[in-house]
Amino acid sequence: MADNSLSRRELLRSAALAGLLLPAAGALGACATPSGGGAPSQAPATAATSAANPLGVPGDKPLEIVIFDGGFGDAYAKNIHQPLFKTKHAGVEIKHSATKEIAKTLQPRFAGGNPPEVINNSGDNAMDFGALAQDGQLQDLSALLDAPSWDDPGVKVRDTILPTAVEIGSYDGTFCVLNYASTVWGIWYSQKLFGDNGWEVPTTWEQFTALCETIKKSGKAAPFTYAGKHPFYIYETILTLAAKIGGVDVLKDIDNLEQGAWKAEPVAKAAGAFAEIGAKYLLQGTEGLDHIQTQTAHNKYEVAMLPCGSWLENEQKDTTPDGFGYAMFPLPSFSDADTLPHGTLHSRPGEEYFVSARSANPRAGMEYLRAMLSKKGAGDFTELVSTLTVVNGAAEGRTLQPGLKSAAAALEAAGENVTYFRFRQWYKELHDEVAAATGQLMAGRLEVGAWADRIQRKSDDIKNDSSVKKYTR
Amino acid sequence: MGARSPFTMAGRASFTRARFIAGFLAVPVLLYLVYVISPYAQAFYIAMTNWRGVNASPRFVGLENFQRLLGDEVFWTAVGHNGMLLVLLPVLTIAIALFFAFLLNAGGAGRGVSGVFGSGFYRVVFFFPQVLAVAIVAVLFQQVFRPDKSGMLNAPLIALGLEPIGFLSNPNVAFWSILGVLVWQAVGFYVVLFSAGMASIPREMYEAAQIDGAGRGRLFRHVTLPLLWDTVQVGWIYLGIAALDVFAIVWVMTAEHGGPDHSTTVMAAEIYRNAFQYFRFSYASAMGVVLFFFTVAFAVLALRLSRRERVEF
Repeated sequence: MADNSLSRRELLRSAALAGLLLPAAGALGACATPSGGGAPSQAPATAATSAANPLGVPGDKPLEIVIFDGGFGDAYAKNIHQPLFKTKHAGVEIKHSATKEIAKTLQPRFAGGNPPEVINNSGDNAMDFGALAQDGQLQDLSALLDAPSWDDPGVKVRDTILPTAVEIGSYDGTFCVLNYASTVWGIWYSQKLFGDNGWEVPTTWEQFTALCETIKKSGKAAPFTYAGKHPFYIYETILTLAAKIGGVDVLKDIDNLEQGAWKAEPVAKAAGAFAEIGAKYLLQGTEGLDHIQTQTAHNKYEVAMLPCGSWLENEQKDTTPDGFGYAMFPLPSFSDADTLPHGTLHSRPGEEYFVSARSANPRAGMEYLRAMLSKKGAGDFTELVSTLTVVNGAAEGRTLQPGLKSAAAALEAAGENVTYFRFRQWYKELHDEVAAATGQLMAGRLEVGAWADRIQRKSDDIKNDSSVKKYTR
Repeated sequence: MGARSPFTMAGRASFTRARFIAGFLAVPVLLYLVYVISPYAQAFYIAMTNWRGVNASPRFVGLENFQRLLGDEVFWTAVGHNGMLLVLLPVLTIAIALFFAFLLNAGGAGRGVSGVFGSGFYRVVFFFPQVLAVAIVAVLFQQVFRPDKSGMLNAPLIALGLEPIGFLSNPNVAFWSILGVLVWQAVGFYVVLFSAGMASIPREMYEAAQIDGAGRGRLFRHVTLPLLWDTVQVGWIYLGIAALDVFAIVWVMTAEHGGPDHSTTVMAAEIYRNAFQYFRFSYASAMGVVLFFFTVAFAVLALRLSRRERVEF
């Protein structure tokens, strides 16, 4: 409703009308299939579209933005994206807030029907995207994709970002979540430590285990570690190796909850390979340490290698000693028979932003995402928080930290050979079970066969649970 | 015009009295209804829907959630852990607290009834854990239990060339580490509680028993314990309820929030996980309903079993 000055009589009348309509809407909502859109509980504000305002943002309605206050902080939103948005919409009042507890802060507002427009739904306490999609809380962002880009009216937004960002941000075929950062996973090391000791980056599994042996014998550092308290860090590596051995279908089957997906041979090979690393080459106490503790040990040169994503360098910037020289290498080839070539990487867009379908001003929310996807918005973001974005070429000509530079080079070299999995976002219960079982696998308390059985059982349970919404890729 | 009959007088008085009482009770009862009873009732309803927390109109699914709960291995592991805590936490805490309280109050050497040397100091020290916030205790013990050279307990082991113990990372040990922390945190309060109870036991009784030749052990068994039984009972019920409600220590301290591999998880942690991580609010409510019945059953049972004749003094 554009006009808020309702008379008392009108208010009463619309309240009575709402009283009649709400049960009907409720009944519809209860059996409606989840979709990107969903009926908003209030009429969203719009204005006429024009070349200067392709999404039809009303010039005088406020815009509320909630940022997850995690590894990236919230300065990038306040100092980069919001001023950028203001350059085109000076009249829109921006209400900014940041929190570590996204779910606790915002869940009541969704249940109450007055969610903020833009939400950076990230971190440990993020809201479940499956549940949000199921309830039609995610604004359909197709209009954003088809809108002209911020920098060049001749190019659509769709053509300025990675295609995987569109694929990963789609629920049931509707693009409704913007994954802004582009994360690259790999094995991280210190160029200084490797250089000082003459250690070479391995490209085959034999070289990798031989390097672990050399490092172990040298006594200068432990060969390998991972965030033991968060086994995601190691199951990510196992799955990427499995995909490299058996091709991307291995991960597709896992995501689609196919029968026997976890018992496939490539998965067993990869799990066995890392279980052996776990038995022989881990930093003492690894299973009881978290990501910060292992990464700090890495910075102290107590351990040589750890698997992580490209946020690592930024996360550790306060404890990294001078000259440490972060760099990463892709997983070594398991054998010559690997389906995917050396250089294959796990890389996917991450760090989710969405616009609430039932917020008061979703158009402004979409416009804000359009500003984020501009060259300037993305490039400044990359420099400030040392993370690549899904915007093509936004990092060109920017000064990158050594670790990010090596990640960007690895991504460039990987080309098409990029893998990822999605069950972590789709089925959090499965993620928890894989994490728990993999922790036990690495500690030697679970055999590869039993590990696969356990996870497969959970996967089958979820498949057969009618209350859980299913996704396929 | 005559005097009012006594009947109406009494009626009036009781009406005034009722109004007076109602006036005082109305507000607290209303608050209780709104903030305690109504959430309970809502949980029972939500448990029978498929609500995922963000929808304004959940669908009614009957007992489906409870059916699923029956087959949920993790939840029953959690129930098992709560069961073990229900037995072990009160037994260990009360035993240790009684021992310390006795030493502080009547364990002194020599004649007369006094505490051991420095008992005033110990009394304060024992109470320290009670003053710390639970989250701080959990973070503190994460450091104590660290499996590397920075761990308070493992550093000496590593220095001696032994393998470090995975206090929180070995699934066979983690539960006992949690139990240890819970006992450590609870003992202080019960030492103070029992000390207060012991202080009200007349000294003449101890003196009389001592004259009869009773040693410290007999003093404890035949004088202190019987006279302290009421207090021990109260402690038992508090600790039992605490054992059913364990959450923060497990959630903050352990890997995977109740791990590794579900080895330390408890009902409250599963409720929290299902509600706020999986967004299965209805399923979590079903767990809450089960926990509610466990708690009520425990309270009834505890009150029945601990009925015992009082020793008058």
